[in-house]
Amino acid sequence: MLDHVLYLAQQSINALQQGSIYALIALGYTMVYGVLTMINFAHGDLFMLGAFACMLLVSVLTPVLVVFPPLLSFIVILLLVMIIIGVLGASIERVAYRPLRNAPRVSAIITALGCGLLIQSLTLVIFPYSKSMPKLFTNTTFELFEMPHPDAAGASVTLTITALQIVIICVSLILMVALDFLIRKTRYGMAMRAISFDSRTVPLMGIPVDRIISTTFLIGAGLGGAAGMLYGLAYPVIAPSMGILVGWKAFIAAVVGGIGSIRGAVLGGFLLGAVEVLAVVMFDSSYRDLISYSLLLLILIFKPYGLLGQAPNQKV
Amino acid sequence: MSAFLSQIARNRWILPTLVVTGFAVSILSHYQPIFSGYTQIILITIGINIILCVSLNLVNGYMGEFSVGHAGFMSLGAYTSAVFTTKWTPDIPMLFPVAVIFGGVMAAIIGLLLALLSFKTRGDYLAIITLAFLMIVKSSWENISYVGGPAGLLGVDKYTTLPWTFFWVVVTMFVIRNLVYSKFGRAIIAIREDEIAANAMGVRVREAKILAFVVSSFFGGVAGALYSHLNFINPKYFDIVKSTEILVMVYLGGISSLGGSILGAVVFTFLFYQLENMGLGYWRMVILSSLLILLMLFRPRGIMGMRELTWFLPKRELKGRRKL
Repeated sequence: MLDHVLYLAQQSINALQQGSIYALIALGYTMVYGVLTMINFAHGDLFMLGAFACMLLVSVLTPVLVVFPPLLSFIVILLLVMIIIGVLGASIERVAYRPLRNAPRVSAIITALGCGLLIQSLTLVIFPYSKSMPKLFTNTTFELFEMPHPDAAGASVTLTITALQIVIICVSLILMVALDFLIRKTRYGMAMRAISFDSRTVPLMGIPVDRIISTTFLIGAGLGGAAGMLYGLAYPVIAPSMGILVGWKAFIAAVVGGIGSIRGAVLGGFLLGAVEVLAVVMFDSSYRDLISYSLLLLILIFKPYGLLGQAPNQKV
Repeated sequence: MSAFLSQIARNRWILPTLVVTGFAVSILSHYQPIFSGYTQIILITIGINIILCVSLNLVNGYMGEFSVGHAGFMSLGAYTSAVFTTKWTPDIPMLFPVAVIFGGVMAAIIGLLLALLSFKTRGDYLAIITLAFLMIVKSSWENISYVGGPAGLLGVDKYTTLPWTFFWVVVTMFVIRNLVYSKFGRAIIAIREDEIAANAMGVRVREAKILAFVVSSFFGGVAGALYSHLNFINPKYFDIVKSTEILVMVYLGGISSLGGSILGAVVFTFLFYQLENMGLGYWRMVILSSLLILLMLFRPRGIMGMRELTWFLPKRELKGRRKL
């Protein structure tokens, strides 16, 4: 009995790790949707660039970094990656999305698709083969609990957590709490919520809409970049195609949580992580996508605007 | 000069003549080496892309929804028709047209289910449902060993020829052009402009949406069937990237325009192969996606920009028009 509980606890830790990465990416989708009601299809590729930026930074900065303790160098690289990807995200908004803000909505979506495709194909030109991610710290495994295996003599059942898993879960949680604070308690957050509430009246109130939108892109893309770096550390083979593979899933997570809702994105991300881990445990790993997408489709059929989302007002 | 152009544009005999000539040339090319094998493959690919583009334009352009699942319908048609010709009726080339229709019908049935699912949602949420549908279809193929699993279905006979492709392009254009300029076409355009208002004016929104989805997915399936009897089929091909390519063609050419769809498919396919020939295979998607971004920034409605080739317009719409 206890060994089953341990197994479940072990899988929950894996699900938390997976889910926190999805949640970080989903936040970027949902923030942009909140202020612009536009799906930023390039976000998944920014996430992918986060992993590549981390790899490049480490290879450039290695001589400097060996001096510092590993945790400090990890934080420095994380911040640098977030800044680089954030600035990139904000500049994409400035160059490609802002001129289209009053154009038909679909042209902005198509431009976003084009930007994503451009980032991905450019990365593919520069890195035609998948790269391996450098290690930033030694990945120690901590044993939380151990008991003898009930069926096999000599073997034991353990509950373990790796240093990497701790780092990923902690960093994601810190970023999410910080974001929640930013949006609920600061002037910037108030302006952002105001824009998503009524984007036509807000400029009349003296709120600098362009600057707020730029900042939203900066933060959203920065979170995506951080997620990319964490994902690259967890699964050390990185390829340009992972922007599509992981990014679109996180997008679905944002939608299931209710796109536009910050807490919904976090909920959706963790839900997706749990479903994926469960699908692999109960069936074969090749059924993972099939099961998770089917379940998400089911949720959307019964809750069309997501778990925490609100149905938009239909005005005649 | 412009009078001459408008003469050409208004001449109602040019389009039928082009169709007949096209058939004659394509059938002739079957017996006489008019085109090289490579040119034939490019022409067939252009044909398949035109079918995909025009059928997606019905949902994304005329009806104004945003579906990203067209590659899913394509794969449904590709797989079912290939199973039909390789497993159920092997070595009977005569049954190829039946297989193509079968593929289309299967895609249409699933399209009907998807349409029923999508009624509760609209806009961005429809994009998500079609995206989930695409992923479910793709990973189903990967898990069904009867159709080869992740390796794909091998040994499909190469039945797709130039005349057949041309035939299906003409059928697609004929059906969709007539649909768009019928009462039903008015209904879906009304839905695009304002769904609630359309409903209030007596448009049967559900029926119109179902019909648009079913027709669109039928021809998506037909295009897939033609594709599968020309190339290898692998589940990885029918990916979100393939859907994006079709979307690029549609929006490149221009939404709500059959001429635009043809133009988009021709330009995209031509550039796709031409850049490969120029040794820019790696840069191909870089160039095409930059092209798309620039086009959207400077001409957000696509090359044709919601205008239609005069040949496709019904006579009643020609009255009062002066220019091309």
